[in-house]
Amino acid sequence: MNTTAVVIFVALFGLVTVLGFVASRWRRGNLNELHEWGLGGRRFGTVVTWFLLGGDLYTAYTFIAVPALLFGAGATGFFAVPYTILVYPMVYWIYPRLWSVARAKGYVTAADFVRGRFGNGTLALAVAVTGIVATMPYIALQLVGMEVAIAGLGIDMVVTIPGIGAVRELPLIIAFVVLALYTYNSGLRAPALIALVKDALLYILVLAAVIVIPIQLGGFGAIFAAADPKTLILGPATEASMGPQAAYATLALGSTLALFLYPHAVTGLLSSSSRHVVRRNAVALPAYSFALGLIALLGVMAVAANVKAMPEYAAGFKAFGNNFAVPALFLHSFPSWFVGVAFAAIAIGALVPAAIMSIACANLFTRNIYREYIDPHCKPAREAQVAKIVSLVVKAGALLFIIELPTTYAIQLQLLGGIVIIQTLPAVIFGLYTNKLNPWALLAGWAAGIGTGSWMAMTLSFKSSIFPLTLFGYTIPCYAALSSLALNILVSFALSWVFNAVLRTPPRDETLDADYA
Amino acid sequence: MKEKSTRRRFRPIHLLLLIPYLAMLWVPSYNRIEPMLAGIPFFYWYQMLWIVLGAAVMIPVYFADERNGENGQ
Repeated sequence: MNTTAVVIFVALFGLVTVLGFVASRWRRGNLNELHEWGLGGRRFGTVVTWFLLGGDLYTAYTFIAVPALLFGAGATGFFAVPYTILVYPMVYWIYPRLWSVARAKGYVTAADFVRGRFGNGTLALAVAVTGIVATMPYIALQLVGMEVAIAGLGIDMVVTIPGIGAVRELPLIIAFVVLALYTYNSGLRAPALIALVKDALLYILVLAAVIVIPIQLGGFGAIFAAADPKTLILGPATEASMGPQAAYATLALGSTLALFLYPHAVTGLLSSSSRHVVRRNAVALPAYSFALGLIALLGVMAVAANVKAMPEYAAGFKAFGNNFAVPALFLHSFPSWFVGVAFAAIAIGALVPAAIMSIACANLFTRNIYREYIDPHCKPAREAQVAKIVSLVVKAGALLFIIELPTTYAIQLQLLGGIVIIQTLPAVIFGLYTNKLNPWALLAGWAAGIGTGSWMAMTLSFKSSIFPLTLFGYTIPCYAALSSLALNILVSFALSWVFNAVLRTPPRDETLDADYA
Repeated sequence: MKEKSTRRRFRPIHLLLLIPYLAMLWVPSYNRIEPMLAGIPFFYWYQMLWIVLGAAVMIPVYFADERNGENGQ
């Protein structure tokens, strides 16, 4: 065990725990109301939203998994960069409308909006359940990020307690219980405040890593020279196939379209104080993308440092696979006090999104399942109470998932999560511009998209999300989320046209044009 | 009070927002190693550069929108 590193790690962890509880007094509001607990009272300005969304979208798991992909598979892993470039023009263009209508009508979730726009509870339920199902494995993966950091410090994951016996994953359980308590107590204010610390640590870490490690390895020229030239760029297209470049482009575009449909992204966005804040953040958030790009390059540096061949990291690679590449690189390159800072940044980086994701799931359950189907006349205080309890249940579920089941399940489910969440795009995004789509047609499109998307993922044994589409003997490797979305859109529009022509039911839209401006 | 249409009027400056999509989705345009920059292959530094350019194209759009009173309160 690395004592210096552990002391620094625990100290930083203690600091954010205090912040998490203190956060309930920050920009004080009545935490017995859902929009106060679950959206921070919609009061976050440009700077806080920047930290909050940065902490929310660029998760610990991303920072482990993206370089791990470059480490293992080469250039393909860099798709995260075009993906995060393309997200923001879209956010700039589309999402101020969602913010405005949510503010005008008091919507807390995307499913709330769909309910109001199309007047159909079943469609809203589908959107809500899709959101919860896609988010749960994502929370579990944040735990994996934390687990890698704790294991990297050499802390023993099996602790024997007198009278109880050996408890597996005890440090992880403690960290998550603490997180659950202050999320319950402070709601969205807790991750918003902690995000300030997380992001500060993250930028220090990235800056240090891209200066110190290349110097040790003899510069970027030497780093890229050490990598296999065949994996440095994507493979070429052939007569029969568009090849990996098509996979790269569709992965980037599909991930772009999916990101802001995730409940935690919507929650972060709706907590901002005006549509200006949304737009300014679309312009300012790429700063995190730059950090992500640099972190991705750590994967190539780990190849050059040849950490996989070092016996001291063999156990880590055995337990976590390539996800151990970056922690091993940090252990190899940094003095032990900075290893503590680095791993604290990763672990705290897991806390922020895990908190926001569980709050987002709680908002969805409370608004679109509990109040819709179980207790329609519940008082605001009751609503907030249910959300707080659900946030605990969601985290306990994720914890159990990671302790009891192999990590690969969480990774496979998260892969499926991207494919299912994108199927809510026609209802949510097209819904921001028109109410002429028929809700039952949207539901049919959603089902068709989920069906084909899951089938494609199953055919690939959940090992990849790139499904080869073959047309007239020419193969286009395409991200399954994108091809299944295309079918979804086709079904939604075709059936809407038929239903509107035959049934002529007027739209049951409670929103006005003015609500979107 | 003057009646104001909430339907967003199209302004050509918004076309700027499309540029990053053209640049990034046309993968063959940057899938190469040369020219390198400080030892970094083109594939990597070019995409990193586009993070900055992608943010930069939104800036004139933002100021144009603010000037034109796209100002939801």
